[in-house]
Amino acid sequence: MAATVNKEVLYGVYDDEEILLDAIKEAKRAHLEIWDVFSPFPVHGLDPLLGLSESRLHIAGFIYGAIGTLTAFLFMTWVFTRDWPMIFGGKPYWSVPSFIPITFELTVLFAAVGMVVSFYIVNGQGPGVNNAILDERITDDKFIIAFSVNNYSEEEKEKLSQFLSGTGASEVLTKEMPA
Amino acid sequence: MSAKVSPIREPLINGNKTYHQITEDICAPTERVPSLPWVIGFIVAVTGLALYVFCLAWTIWFGIGTWDLNRTINWGWDITNFVWWVGIGHAGTLISAILLLFRQKWRTGVNRAAEAMTIFAVACAGQFPLIHMGRLWLAFFIFPYPNTRGPLWVNFNSPLLWDVFAISTYLTVSLLFWYTGLVPDFATVRDRAKGLRKKVYNFLSFGWTGSAKHWQRWESLSLVLAGLSTPLVLSVHTIVSFDFATSVIPGWHTTIFPPYFVAGAIFSGFAMVLTLMIIARKIFKLEDYITLAHIESMNKVILLTGTIVGVAYLTELFVAWYSGYLPEQWAFYNRVFGPYYWSYIGMMTCNVLSPQIFWVRKYRRNIVITFVLSIFINIGMWFERFVIIATTLARDYLPSSWSYYTPTWVEIGLFVGTLGLFFTLFLIFARVAPVIAIAEVKSILKTAGNQYVGPDAIHHHHDHEVKTVAEEIKAIK
Repeated sequence: MAATVNKEVLYGVYDDEEILLDAIKEAKRAHLEIWDVFSPFPVHGLDPLLGLSESRLHIAGFIYGAIGTLTAFLFMTWVFTRDWPMIFGGKPYWSVPSFIPITFELTVLFAAVGMVVSFYIVNGQGPGVNNAILDERITDDKFIIAFSVNNYSEEEKEKLSQFLSGTGASEVLTKEMPA
Repeated sequence: MSAKVSPIREPLINGNKTYHQITEDICAPTERVPSLPWVIGFIVAVTGLALYVFCLAWTIWFGIGTWDLNRTINWGWDITNFVWWVGIGHAGTLISAILLLFRQKWRTGVNRAAEAMTIFAVACAGQFPLIHMGRLWLAFFIFPYPNTRGPLWVNFNSPLLWDVFAISTYLTVSLLFWYTGLVPDFATVRDRAKGLRKKVYNFLSFGWTGSAKHWQRWESLSLVLAGLSTPLVLSVHTIVSFDFATSVIPGWHTTIFPPYFVAGAIFSGFAMVLTLMIIARKIFKLEDYITLAHIESMNKVILLTGTIVGVAYLTELFVAWYSGYLPEQWAFYNRVFGPYYWSYIGMMTCNVLSPQIFWVRKYRRNIVITFVLSIFINIGMWFERFVIIATTLARDYLPSSWSYYTPTWVEIGLFVGTLGLFFTLFLIFARVAPVIAIAEVKSILKTAGNQYVGPDAIHHHHDHEVKTVAEEIKAIK
């Protein structure tokens, strides 16, 4: 198969998130395979309906934070016990309590920066990225259920269209998206 | 849906808004020709910024000797301004992080502007310790990097170095938090724009599509960043207070400083948020989104934190007396009745007495009073830092080294100049980015819009006919 086959998307435009949620429940009952759902804001109750597993970003955040903790603490330990031991205020070289503030700050810094960078990488987003936009009204007031219909027959597409308008979609449209 | 919401809860979005109307209203200031008040404000702000650049150049060219600092009074307006600006920079994160964790819906109307304010205030704050170093071009010495002097490392035991880490971490994390919230809203502006504008906002929006999975990750990220920012914001002003509290100067060496500084920071930050939002809601016609309910909530925080600060001032005096330690007692006697008694009076009046009128609901909901009071608090909190720094250093251990400190025009120019820097940045932000978090306001419309809650709510009977909200409203009208 050629690598550059466009994705053919059939989608229904809904005007309200409650109608959208009902429509998704219907789609689940009818065992339809939804490609994606788009909305202007996070719609609560959507994730379990779509079967989206919980995001693992916070686990990554914990790991980045732990790296930050170790980096800061071990670095300061190395500097003041091995590389250039110095006495400040008559305290021991390895004065752990005074390492706590910087250790804390770097923990937060590493966790936050790491998570944000990971977020954009897994989303396929970032400065200068041009993702294809399915419909410009998504970021305004429209909620969209989209089906990927490359391998669907005309009959099946017709059925999907009827399903979408039957569940309250105000418009049913198709669009070619870059794969 | 709306049936689950208490009918007596006050709406946070007025004017029977639809999702589309929210987009229109909040994007409008970025899309039309700037209004006259904006242009005038911008000219004034840029003039202030020019003054800042001039005084900065003057200080660098001639040296710190152009300030009135001397051997004993080695901190003056510079560090006063630093602490003042950092304090102001605390409200943004408090609103966006702590109120997110507490699920306070009124957060959504003001968080964007408050976070922007935070970033700009921290940027202003950062200027002062850097200039105070004297040799600005050697400022990179504060970072622990492998150098040819040994390598000789920085002193990790010093609160001044902790400050470097705290402030730079705070600035970075606030910036990331703020920008991540802005990305979906930049996408909204992008999808309405044409031509070059579209290209610019396309770049700024990082290719946001609005997919369900992305929203899920976005919420997860926001929640964890809020969880990280909450202890971070408390740590920043705690560490700033360590700059004083770990020294051995009577009047500074007290354990009350961290909580007292943090409460004061929130107090002054909310005052600055109110100053800005009361102007912004008027100029950008956002009264439906920043309502009296928002202002009242913020005034309650001001009343609480102002009172905490007041208790801290009195506790300081009490502990100084109760310690039975003469130099400590004298330091506080000097603070109240010494040569800078006028700044102590200013601090007490503005910070402790004036917010007490907010016990009365009518005043909490009065815009003029709130605005005037927010200015009072900004001034009072500046006095607080001046009181701590100047009164203490002007009367230190040896009477032979006592003196009086008055700022030179350069120091005054630097302070006024950072106000120019701050307002220039804020006014640019208000033109370029949506000043209210569009997506977040939309997400609370069903639970906080005035057609769903409050006395004017339209009663919904949910028949199984599918209707949009707009249609239902039309049908009822």
